[in-house]
Amino acid sequence: MKRAAVYAAVAALLVVPAFLPFDYYVNIASQILIAGIFAGSLNLLVGYGGLISLGHAGYLGASAYVLAWLSTRAGFSHLWASLGAVTLTTLMAAVFGVLSLRATGLGFVMITLALAQILWGVAYRWVSLTGGDNGLSGFGRPQPFGIDLSSATAFYLFVLVFFAISFLFVSVFVRSTFGAGLQGTRDQPRRMQALGWDVWSTRFVTFVVSGFWAAVAGVLYADYNQFVSPHVLALTNSAEVLLMVIAGGAGTLLGPIVGAAVVVLLKNVVSAYVTRWVLLLGLVFVAIVLYMPEGLVPGIERLRRRTVRTGTRA
Amino acid sequence: MTAAALELKGLFKSFGGVPAVRDVTLSVLEGERRLLLGPNGAGKTTLFNLVTGDLASDSGTIRVFGRDVSRLRADRRVHLGLSRTYQVITLFPKNTLAHNIVLALLGLSRSRFNPFSLLARRGDLWERARGALDRVGLGKLADRSVAQTSYGEQRRLELAIALAQEPRVLLLDEPLAGLSREERRDVQDLLTTIPREVTVVMIEHDLDVALSFAEKITVLHYGQVIVEGTRAQVVADPRVQEVYLGA
Repeated sequence: MKRAAVYAAVAALLVVPAFLPFDYYVNIASQILIAGIFAGSLNLLVGYGGLISLGHAGYLGASAYVLAWLSTRAGFSHLWASLGAVTLTTLMAAVFGVLSLRATGLGFVMITLALAQILWGVAYRWVSLTGGDNGLSGFGRPQPFGIDLSSATAFYLFVLVFFAISFLFVSVFVRSTFGAGLQGTRDQPRRMQALGWDVWSTRFVTFVVSGFWAAVAGVLYADYNQFVSPHVLALTNSAEVLLMVIAGGAGTLLGPIVGAAVVVLLKNVVSAYVTRWVLLLGLVFVAIVLYMPEGLVPGIERLRRRTVRTGTRA
Repeated sequence: MTAAALELKGLFKSFGGVPAVRDVTLSVLEGERRLLLGPNGAGKTTLFNLVTGDLASDSGTIRVFGRDVSRLRADRRVHLGLSRTYQVITLFPKNTLAHNIVLALLGLSRSRFNPFSLLARRGDLWERARGALDRVGLGKLADRSVAQTSYGEQRRLELAIALAQEPRVLLLDEPLAGLSREERRDVQDLLTTIPREVTVVMIEHDLDVALSFAEKITVLHYGQVIVEGTRAQVVADPRVQEVYLGA
């Protein structure tokens, strides 16, 4: 049953472009997948590790900037620039992890926020390196095995490959022996320590893995936009991805993807019809928090169970 | 000659200038059953926390089987064979009883670092977890979540978790606290099944149970050891009668 659902989901994702009338919608689907990878990476920290980061845009943005800089200023090929971006950003996540994990709770939130703000400040003010407000442009999309990704559908399928790998990785990671320990450190860190688990290392590894997937999302983000500006590192971007995770359902596999879809659709589609779409976004989140505080995916599952129970009783 | 399993020397700990543990020196032999007695606030749980590494001592040394662990991290001490239970039950309420045991087993296993080994497919761990639960009479509840079990069952689960790790030194912090008479009897029976080679140090206020279990007793008062000896010696000591029994 479960396997059939997975096959159905893969098939549905593969044929999505065929059913969408315009490239515009296919591009939105690509954005959802990229945001899904990004939100999934944060979910490892927030949902499974109990560590709320308000600086996750730092990894997405740093990776996008490194790719842009290596491509346009250092003359690297797209492949090497992408690999360099992911590697350097993951190393940066390791350094940031050492700094951030000195604290937990509110202290952790503040350190992650501060580190991301430093990156935003560098991108904004170090004009000779980052192009400042104008950002960096002039790099194209990759051409894996000579395949042209300039069309919306081709790029969507390219992103889908990374989305599928990331989803598979996260689903194995959180259900592994390590993942069980990570969730234990979220629920009872002191107890886990008394059971022989190194709580700090468990969190650190997760922090770095989370940074890695955010970096992958950053490369795809840069490929999609073919332009990087300080906006990618802004606090609003970190808050937005946190909202995706919380609204969809932190600590669930599908939650961040659903959250990503809600945010991207509201941002892109609804904004075309409603001028005050940010107000609508706010109202949607208030409604989720009021009626499904656990998030959309677990909330809908709860409603479904209740309906089944009521049906059985009747 | 039997070696010392646990040796504390000149241990001090204070909180904001208020001493909780003062110059505690004691030695527990391998396989011994030791009881820590003392009125509330005597520093018994703090002493446990110092031994396990939950708290860092201000000064003094802690040796486990001759190895100085005073500056060793709490999780590393567990790998030397030190396990404990908590006075306030500390479990994973959303998870099943079996999952709680599995986390304990993984804590000592190298595979805890493996992010690609699916937990559901680790039949060996689940089997051992069920065995550990059977041992404390909770085998039938293995798949029930902790939140759906009684307080007494949770106390037994605490003990099962500690025993599943096959400790060499076991610290039991009031294992009978809050239990009914019947439940006390069950846990008391369980305590007698702990293998003889395991060194047990227990904090317990139920004197009938505690005195029948322990071979040697250490009495703490205001963070200091005031008496140490056999049951007869301790019960007969006028200082114990004064500070603990209120005579």
